[in-house]
Amino acid sequence: MAGVVATIAREPKSLAGRIAKDMIISGIIVFLLGSQLIGIETIDDPKGLRFITRYDDVLAAALAVALGRAGLQMLRAGMAKPVLIGSLAFAVAVIGSTLIGGERDLSLLPFDNKIVDWVFGLTAVVFAIRAAVVHGRGSASAHRRGAVMDKISAQTQRFSPYAAGLMILLAVLLPVLFPERRIVDMGILVLTYCMLGWGLNVVVGLAGLLDLGFVAFYAVGAYSYALFAHYFDWSFWACLPLAGAMSAFFGLVLGFPVLRLRGDYLAIVTLGFGEMIRVILINWWWFTGGPDGIRDIPRPSFLGLPFERESPDGSATFHSVVSPILDSMFGIELEFAPLHRIVYLYYIILVLSMVVCVFTLRLRRLPIGRAWEALREDETACRALGINPRNTKLTAFAIGAMIGGFGGAFFATRQGFISPESFSFIESAVILAIVVLGGLGSQLGVVLSSTLLIGLPEVFRELADFRMIAFGAGMVLIMIWRPRGLLAHRDPTVLLHGKAGLKRSNRAMASEGSG
Amino acid sequence: MSAALSAATPNRVPAESSPSALLSVEHLTMRFGGLVAINDVSFVAAQRQITGIIGPNGAGKTTVFNCLTGFYKPTVGRLMLHHPARPMLLEQMEGFRIAKDAGIARTFQNIRLFPAMSVLENLVVAQHNRLMRASGYSLFGILGLKRYRVAEDEAVAKARRWLDKIDLVPRADEPAGSLPYGAQRRLEIARAMCIDPVLLCLDEPAAGLNPKESGELNELLMSIRDEENTAVLLIEHDMSVVMKISDHIVVLDYGRKIAEGSPDAVRADPNVIRAYLGEEEDEDLPDIVKQDIPEVLS
Amino acid sequence: MDLFIQLLINGLTLGAIYGLIAIGYTMVYGIIGMINFAHGDIYMIGAFHSVITFLILGVAGITWVPLALMLMLIMTVILTAMYGWTVERVAYRPLRGSFRLAPLISAIGMSIFLQNYVQLAQGARNKPLQPLIKGGFILSSPDAGFTVQLGYLQIVIVLMTVVLMIVFTLLITRTALGRQQRACEQDQKMAALLGVNVDRTISITFIIGASLAAVAGLMVTLYYGVVDFFIGFLAGIKAFTAAVLGGIGSIPGAMLGGLLIGLIEAFWSGYFTVEYKDVAVFSILILVLIFRPTGLLGKPEIEKV
Repeated sequence: MAGVVATIAREPKSLAGRIAKDMIISGIIVFLLGSQLIGIETIDDPKGLRFITRYDDVLAAALAVALGRAGLQMLRAGMAKPVLIGSLAFAVAVIGSTLIGGERDLSLLPFDNKIVDWVFGLTAVVFAIRAAVVHGRGSASAHRRGAVMDKISAQTQRFSPYAAGLMILLAVLLPVLFPERRIVDMGILVLTYCMLGWGLNVVVGLAGLLDLGFVAFYAVGAYSYALFAHYFDWSFWACLPLAGAMSAFFGLVLGFPVLRLRGDYLAIVTLGFGEMIRVILINWWWFTGGPDGIRDIPRPSFLGLPFERESPDGSATFHSVVSPILDSMFGIELEFAPLHRIVYLYYIILVLSMVVCVFTLRLRRLPIGRAWEALREDETACRALGINPRNTKLTAFAIGAMIGGFGGAFFATRQGFISPESFSFIESAVILAIVVLGGLGSQLGVVLSSTLLIGLPEVFRELADFRMIAFGAGMVLIMIWRPRGLLAHRDPTVLLHGKAGLKRSNRAMASEGSG
Repeated sequence: MSAALSAATPNRVPAESSPSALLSVEHLTMRFGGLVAINDVSFVAAQRQITGIIGPNGAGKTTVFNCLTGFYKPTVGRLMLHHPARPMLLEQMEGFRIAKDAGIARTFQNIRLFPAMSVLENLVVAQHNRLMRASGYSLFGILGLKRYRVAEDEAVAKARRWLDKIDLVPRADEPAGSLPYGAQRRLEIARAMCIDPVLLCLDEPAAGLNPKESGELNELLMSIRDEENTAVLLIEHDMSVVMKISDHIVVLDYGRKIAEGSPDAVRADPNVIRAYLGEEEDEDLPDIVKQDIPEVLS
Repeated sequence: MDLFIQLLINGLTLGAIYGLIAIGYTMVYGIIGMINFAHGDIYMIGAFHSVITFLILGVAGITWVPLALMLMLIMTVILTAMYGWTVERVAYRPLRGSFRLAPLISAIGMSIFLQNYVQLAQGARNKPLQPLIKGGFILSSPDAGFTVQLGYLQIVIVLMTVVLMIVFTLLITRTALGRQQRACEQDQKMAALLGVNVDRTISITFIIGASLAAVAGLMVTLYYGVVDFFIGFLAGIKAFTAAVLGGIGSIPGAMLGGLLIGLIEAFWSGYFTVEYKDVAVFSILILVLIFRPTGLLGKPEIEKV
C-alpha cells in the first residue's frame, strides 16, 4: 500500500504516466465524494430510515470524470486527434443508441435515467468540438478562446439592431403563428424574465451592485397590486405604476443605509432583505393572507372589457364587443376563446418589456448611466470627480426595483393568485443567472439567456428536475470560462470618430483579450 | 520667502491675507491610531502657481492629499480654500463635494481610470454634474430633448480639446485600459481637468515615465497653470520635474514640514539635504561629495 | 427565571453550532477575501453524511454510543472536508484574479448546485433519525410548572465545540500551518515569494472550514434529529451574520458572534415570537453592517487610496 502511495505521489516523467496519475486521482476523489451521497440512497419508511446502494452510478461517475480529465490533459498536451476520434465515437455511440432506443432503454450506458445518457453524449460532443478546434488551430489557450468569443460578441453587437428588429417582429407575430396556449404561455414567461433581467442588469451589470434580493421587489410589486385590488378594487392599469412606485420606494428605503457597503456585504444584506420580506409576507397573515396567499386577483381588462364568456352582471365583455366589429368590418367570426386573454397578456408583457428595454438602453447612454458604469469600474475615482456615489447607486437600485415591481404586478395579474412561495431566493438566483450568463450589461444577452434558461426547460419538461442543478453548474462554468458572460461586449456610449472609432474600439478590445 | 526663515519656523501659520493664496493648510495633523502620519503641517498654495510637495517615502505626502480631497478626515487642522465663489472649509465637506463644489480635482499614485470605458467616456464622465443638470436629472435625456443633446455635444467638444492637448484624439474611442502607461497618466490629468477645477492635485504624475514623457508632462502642467487658470499641487519624486516647474516647494519628512521656499532655496537647505541623504555622515563627508549633494537633489 | 435558564442553555447550544459554521466563513474571508456562499451547503452535506454513516453503522451492528459517535465524526469530517476541498479547487481557484464579483457568483452557483445535487441524490423529503443520545439533567423541579432540562447531548455539543476551539486556536497560533495561513492573509504574493505554498494553504483553509462545518452538521443531526437538503441556506446566512457580528476575519469573533446569534434567536423565540426570529437575525446583520461594519472584534480597515 505504502509503495503504491509513494509511486502515485512521485511526479511521473512521461506524459502517459502523468495522465494515468491524473485519471487515478480524480477517479478516486469522485468515487469518495459520491460514496455516500450518491452511493447510498436514504429512504424514509414509516418504520424509520433505510437505505439502498447505487454503487454502479458512483463508479460510472468516477470513470466519466477520469476519462474527462484524461481528455483535458491530452488536449493540453496538444494530442487532439485521439481525443477527437475517441470522443466522437463515444458521442455517436451513446446518442445514437439513446435515439434508436426511443422509449425503451437501449442506451449503451447503464443508467436508468435517459437524461444522464444525454449529458454524457453531449459532454462528449463538447469534447469533440474542442478537440477539433485544437486540432485546427494548434492551441486552445484561454486567452485565444477569450479573444474569439470577444470577436463573436462584438459582431453580435454590430448586428444587434437587425437581430433585435427580427426578434421583435417574431415576438409580435408569435401568437398569430402559433396560436397554442402552451407556446404563448412560454412566450409570456420568457418575456417576463427578459424584463426582470433588464431591470436587474441596471443594478448588477451597469452599476456593479450585486443584488441577491431582487425577488423582494418583485414580491412588493406583486403584493402591491394584489392588495390594492383586494382592498380597494383598483384595476391593473391603475395599480401598475403604483406597484412600480412602491417597489422603487422599498428600493430606496433599503438602499439608503446599505449601499455604502462593499460588494459582497451588499450581496448578503440584499439576500437577507429578500428573505425578510418573504417571512413577513408569510406571518402577516391578516393583511397578506399568510402562506395561503391572495386569490382571485383581477385579470387585466381591455379598455374596461373583461375577457369572459359572459360577464356576471350582463355588461359587455371583450368578446361581445369585438366580435360584431370584426364581423362587420372583415366578416370574421370571432368565437369566444380563453386563449384571447392569454394572447392579450402576452401583448401586455411584450409592450412592457419593450418599454423597459428602450428605457434602460437610453439610460445607459445618459450621464447617469455612464456614472453607473464608472462607479462599477472605480468608486474612488468617481468620488474624486465629484460624482455622488450614494445617490448614483440609489438611482440604479430604485430603477431596478421599479422594474422588478412592474414585473411583479404583471405576475400577479397573470397568475390570479400569489403566495410567498413564489418569491424565494431561488427566484433571485434565476434572474441573476440570466444576467450573468447573458453577459453583464448586455441587453441582447438577457434575451439569449432567458430563452435558454427559461424557454428550454419549458420545452423539455423531463429536464425540470435537472434545471436548478444545471443553473448552478452553469453559473460556475460561465464564471470560469467567461466571467463577463456569453455576450459580454461593451460599445462606448459616445463616439468621437463614429463608425471608424467603433471599429478601432473593438480591435483594441480584441487585442487586449478577454480580460 | 527665504528658505532659512521658513526652516527656522516651519510651523508658522502663513499669512492668510496673502492676496494670491488659494489654499491655506493650517496645523494639519492626521493620526491613525498611534501613528502620526502628518504632524502640524501648515503651508499655502498660491493661485496660478505650481506648488510642489516633496519628501522621502513615508513622509506623509499622499496623506496630505487624502485629507485635502476628503478621503480622510484630518484629526486636527483647518483646510481653507479661497474659492472664487466663497471661501470653503474642506475638512467639513463630504468627499465628493470637494470635487463638485470646491473644484479640487486629483489624480492617484496608482492610476485610477475607468479601464473598460473609452477614453472619451472617461472625459465625459468627469463632466457628470453639469451634464446631469442639463439632462434634467435624466428626465430630458430619456425624452431625447434638444437641450440635453446640445449639452452633450459641448461636453464632447471640451473632451476633444483636452484630447488634443494630450495627443490622444486618434485613440478616443478605445478602452482607456488599453492605452500605454504614459498615455494613461496624461489621460488621468485631462480627466481631472474636465471638472474645471480651481486646484489640481497630482500624486506623482511622473512616476514610471521615461525622460521624453516626463518632459511632455512638464509642458502640460505649465500650460495648465498658465492657460487654464488652475493652481497645481504636485507630489513628485522626480526632481527633474519638481525643480523645473514648481514655483514653490514644501518639504515634508516624517510627517513634519522641514522646509519651504523656492526650488533653489529648498535645494540648498541643510534640513532637506539631511532628510534625503542622512545625518551623521554629513559631517565627515569629503568636501567633494558635499558639493555634489545639491546636484543629486536637482 | 426558569424559562431564562432554559433559553440560555438552548441558545448556547445553538450558538456553538453557528459558531462552528461561522469559523469557516471567517477563515475563508480572511485568506482570500470572498464570502464562501456555498459554506452553508457544505454544512448541509456534513449533516447528510452523518445521517448516512449512522445508517451504515446501524446495519453493521455498531451500537455502542461512544464508538458510533466517534466513527460518525470521523467519516463525516473526512468526506465533508473532501467536498470543501473540491469546491475550492473546481469553483474558486480558477477565478483568482478574475473580476470582483466572479468568485461570489461562482459561489452562489456552487451553492445552488450542491443543494440540488443532494436533492436529486437523496430526495427532497426530510430525513428523520432516532435520537442517539437521550436524557439529561433536570435542573429545576417540575412543580414550578416548568422543567429546565440540560440534555446530555447539549453538554456533548458545547464540550465538543470548546475542545475544537482550543485545538483550532493552537493550530493557528502555534504551528507552521497557522503561520503560513496568517502570512497568506496579509500578502499572498509576498508569502509565495518567501516559499509558502499559497495554493496548498488555501486548500487547507477550506478543508478546515469544511471539517468544522461537518462537525456542526453532525451535531445538528443529533440535536434536531432531522435533516433536509435546504437546511444549509438559513444556517449559512445566520452563521455568516455571526461571522460579521464578531468581526469578519477574526476567529474568536466568529465564535463569539455565533454564541450571540444563538442566544438572540433563543431568547427572541422564547420571549417574543418564533415566526419573526429570522427577521430579527437579518435585522441584526443589517444593523451591524451599517453601524459597525468591522464587527465586535474586527480590526478597522483604513481605506487605501
